This record gives sequence, C-alpha cells and structure tokens, in this order.
Amino acid sequence: MNAAVLVLRDVHKHFPIRDAWGRRTAWLRAVDGVTVSVARGEILGVVGESGCGKTTLGKTIVGIHRASSGEIRFEGNEVGALSPSEGRALRRTLQYCYQDPGASLDPHWKIGRALEEPLVIHTTLSAVERRARVREVLTAVGLPQTHLDLYPHEISGGQQRRVGLARILMLRPSLVILDEPTSGLDVSVQATVLRLFLELRERFDLTYLFISHDLAVVRLVSRRIAVMYLGKVVEMGETDSVFAAPRHPYTQSLLAAVPVVGGRRVSDDFWLEGEPPNPGNLPSGCRFRTRCPRAEGRCAAEEPELRMLADGTQVACHFA
Amino acid sequence: MSAHAELLAVRELSVSFVTEGGVARVLDAVSLSLAPGEIMGLVGESGCGKTTLARAILGALPANANVQGGALMFDGQNLLTLDAAVLAERVRGRAITFVPQDPYSSFSPLFTVGDQIMELMRWKSPERSRGRRRRHADRERVLALLRAVQLPDPERLLRKYPHELSGGQRQRVMIAMALLPEPKLIIADEPTTALDVTIQAQILKLLRRLATERGVSVLFATHDLGTAWEICDRVTVMYAGQELETAPIADFFRAPMVPYTRLLLDSLPSSGSPLRGIAGDVPSLIAPPKGCRFHPRCPRASDACRDEHPAARQLELEHQVRCHHPHLQSVVAA
Repeated sequence: MNAAVLVLRDVHKHFPIRDAWGRRTAWLRAVDGVTVSVARGEILGVVGESGCGKTTLGKTIVGIHRASSGEIRFEGNEVGALSPSEGRALRRTLQYCYQDPGASLDPHWKIGRALEEPLVIHTTLSAVERRARVREVLTAVGLPQTHLDLYPHEISGGQQRRVGLARILMLRPSLVILDEPTSGLDVSVQATVLRLFLELRERFDLTYLFISHDLAVVRLVSRRIAVMYLGKVVEMGETDSVFAAPRHPYTQSLLAAVPVVGGRRVSDDFWLEGEPPNPGNLPSGCRFRTRCPRAEGRCAAEEPELRMLADGTQVACHFA
Repeated sequence: MSAHAELLAVRELSVSFVTEGGVARVLDAVSLSLAPGEIMGLVGESGCGKTTLARAILGALPANANVQGGALMFDGQNLLTLDAAVLAERVRGRAITFVPQDPYSSFSPLFTVGDQIMELMRWKSPERSRGRRRRHADRERVLALLRAVQLPDPERLLRKYPHELSGGQRQRVMIAMALLPEPKLIIADEPTTALDVTIQAQILKLLRRLATERGVSVLFATHDLGTAWEICDRVTVMYAGQELETAPIADFFRAPMVPYTRLLLDSLPSSGSPLRGIAGDVPSLIAPPKGCRFHPRCPRASDACRDEHPAARQLELEHQVRCHHPHLQSVVAA
C-alpha cells in the first residue's frame, strides 16, 4: 500500500456573504467538512455539479484559499502552518492546472523562456541543465524542439495547451490538481488530451486530483471517485463499484442523468426534480433531502455522517 | 420522405463570411430537411457551421455574411427571396422561433421577466382579439405556458428580474417564450450546454414532451452526441461546413457509414475501450481543402475525395451520405 500524498481532515472553507454596506449576513459554506486522502500514483476523480465546492476544494489544497478550519497535509507537511518560504518550496511539488493551461502563457515570451522561468525561480540548476530539462519535458508533451523559439500566437490552441502542461511539469510535481481539464473541448480532441494526461502520469510518476463535472471522463481515467453535493462528499469509493451500484440517491440521479449513446433514453424516466438549494442558506440535516424521494423526518433532524460500507465505499445517507 | 411532407428543406445552401483574413466559406452546399413534428439533430464539432445554419434559417446572419447560393424552403416558400416585411411579420419569431445557448444574455437585465414576455406578446401574440381582452388572454396564455414548463409560482416569477432566476429556470422561460407564438419550428442552438447534467436531463425531457404534444418541429444543434441521442428522431452530422451523413437516430449510432462519423463516435469516452481521437486539425475555412473537406484526415480518402465534393446518396431507407467511400457493411464493433 502506497503512502498517502495528500490527506484532508475535516476541511472547511466558508466565505462571508455581505450586504450592500459590507456587513456579514451569512456564511457560504463552499467546502463543509471534507475528509479525503489521495494515495501516491492514484487518480482521484472529484465530481459534482456547479456550486458543489469542487473547485474551492482544489484551490484550498494549493493554498489559493486558506482553509477556514481543518487540516491539509501534503507529503506529511501541514499546508496551512508553513511559513511563506516553506510554502513556496511546497508548491514546487504541488501544481494546479486550470481549465486551459495554454491561456496562461505570456504572449510576449517565447515558449522556451516561459518553460525555463519556473526553474530559474525555484531551482539552482545551471543554464545548461535548465535547457536540458526544458527539452526533455517538451518532448514528453509531444512538441518539437523548434517550438522553443516561437511565441504563443504562432502555435495552435492545442499546442498552447501542451506548453501550459509542460510548464506545470517543469518542477517535477508529485501532485497535480486538474480543474475541469477537458471542458470546452470537442470529443475528438478530448480523447487526445486525456491520453496525454495518462502518458505523463506514467512518465513523471504523477498523482492527479481530477476535478470534473463530466462523469464519463472521470469514469475513464480515475480509479477512485468522490461525489460532492453542496460542499460535502456524499459518496466515495472505487470508480467501478460506484458506477455499478451507486448508493447515495444523489449519485444515483447524477449517474442516471448522463446520456448514454445507444442506451436507454434518460429523459424517458428521469425522476430528480428541482434544483440545488442556495448554498448560503442550506437546509437542516441532510442537504439533499429537499430533492430526495426517500427523505423522512430523520433526514431533516440529523445530518448523515460519511460511513464506510462493507465493500469499502463511503456513503453519507441514512438509508445506504 | 416525400416532398409535400417537408416543413423545412435546406437545399445546397452556401454561406460565406468576409473576415480580416479573407473570405471564409462557412457553409458549403448544405442540404437537409425536416418533417412536421420531427426533432432533428444537427451535430458536429465547434466550427462545423451548425450555428451559421441555424442563424441562416432564422434570417439572423451577421452583417458580414453573404448567402452565395441555395434555397431555404419553409412551408412551401423560399425564405431567401421572401419579402422582408412578410418575413418579419409571419415567419421570424412567429412560425420559427429560437432557443439560445445562454438564456441570460438573451434577457435584458433591466426589466422583469414579465415585462419581457409581455413585450414579446405585443408583437407576436397568436391572439386575434384587441385591447384589454387581448391583454387578458395573453396573460392567461403566458401563465399557462409557464406552468407547462414546470415553473413553480408563475405569477411571482413574472415580477422577478432575470438575475434572480437560476440557469435552469431561465432556460425554461426561454422555452416557454419560444412556444408562445405557436410556432411550427423551434431552432434550439446548444440549449443545454451551459446546464448541469441533472438540469439538462429535466430540460430535455420537457422539450421533447412539449414538442411532441404540440406537434412542433425542432432543429436541435449540439456538439454533444449524448444529448442528440436523448432527444432527436433523426441526425445530420456536419464537418467544416459540409453535411456528411443523415440518418434516423438508431441507425446513426449503431451503423454509421461515413468514416468521420465513425471516428467521432469512437472518440466518445466509454469504459473498456481505449481512448481514440481524430488525428490532425479542423481545416481553415478561408482556404478549405478541395472536394470533401474531411479528406486530409480521412483514413479512406482517395483521389476522388480530393477532387470532388461527393453528391448526396441515399444508401438505405432515410440514410443519406455525402461520401465517396462509405462503410457499406454497416457493422460496428459492439
């Protein structure tokens, strides 16, 4: 069993909601008690609909947001307790990849300079060593060496995306948080990008936290999956068993909503009604109860804990 | 399908855009037809021309677009040669309505939802009576439709501003507005792309039920093949401004004949099969490849594909292709 790279224990991130005069009127509980661990080399998929807190979770892990409470341990170190310089050192090995990593390239910088910059800032490598590293990573993402002397506008959008990825890999991170890395891509391109992620993971021993709303993609790449609803993980387990037999009513409806080409038409018998409640004003007890067909009095009174079932799947539902 | 049963027939429509880089030939002799009450999918990747085709039918092409040739037959009349006043009075927004991808940018943020729906009714109401009687009838009609699209408490909703509604609610209002003039055809351009999957499933279910109940045809443009499977009776697939294959929905997914369609379906993520994309890039529409525009990426391309844009051929019942080398043994690996 591999040691965990990342351990989250009861992590909360609450944002204040303010009125027009700047007075705090409520808290928006974007991430509300998440406990997850990510083993070295695995791909953990985090899925959920917009507003469920998956992106806030990713940003809290890398330190873009500071957790309101709870513990985040990366490679054994508590992320929140580090001094700024220790934090910088930590972030060398913990990288965040936005939806389109190519969009963050500086248009005035040649590709070679953009790739070398992280090495200049974070390492003491000599110029020769830096250039060797740049060439190695560039080859790994499937681009020719001649691209080093080009500006971002001279290459295609897909190639820019590869350069952005290469830049993330320059410092040899151990964990990369991929935030919606395939949304907005056409399917024929998406397959190529996913294959690249899988190849890079093999080559650089990466661990991925794969955040996505696209269940088909998450199913394909991740071994374990965590389903979030309104700031909480409601179900977590091996991808295959969650997809084969989802236990939480929300997971069931989420999986039922995904159209499967050639399968039964979802819209024939889709049963989930209504929309998620306002995250600034959550219902008491279980947060899914307002839409859940099985809800009873107990669900309003008592919030279900995430419990481990016999097959290792964790579910937060009174009836699972 | 016999000619008299067609509600809409697009015949060899070509549209080009004048851009800074040159003239982009965005639609190249595209043909398709729609029967009354049919839901037709228009699928393809970004830049294939779905939106341009949708806008051409609506008569809402941008100023830099030129129709180079072809015909748009709707209910027996050619929309391209129809008098502008007749088009505005009887067709656009009345016989043909539109559901956009992003409903938020289609509302004015300054007026309530009710103001905006009643404004629409002022111009496009199917009600014949006049004055107060008509206003009353229109309001009843609006409330009935808002209930039909399953919006709770419609009276209160009319007093709200667009930003007070969720994305799913706004799209329901848009569908209600598209149905209000009692149209024959609704053009929906990626209407569920901005929505979460559970909301998407609700909206698709609703749209299909309402279209069937009211006998309205829908032209449903989408890049998402799963969504097309959910709602469409037939599908046309487009690539770089040309239509390649048209088939009933089950045939399209189980026995596609055109190489591009097969590669596209193979790219869909499914567990148990390796990830496959399509090698190469979508061509520039300013200098598109001659002949079939997919030929530079096509594994079956020959000299004929380089020289000549294939004519439409009917290969099986209602299954039409524009391809020199279709897969005739329509067998797909399970």
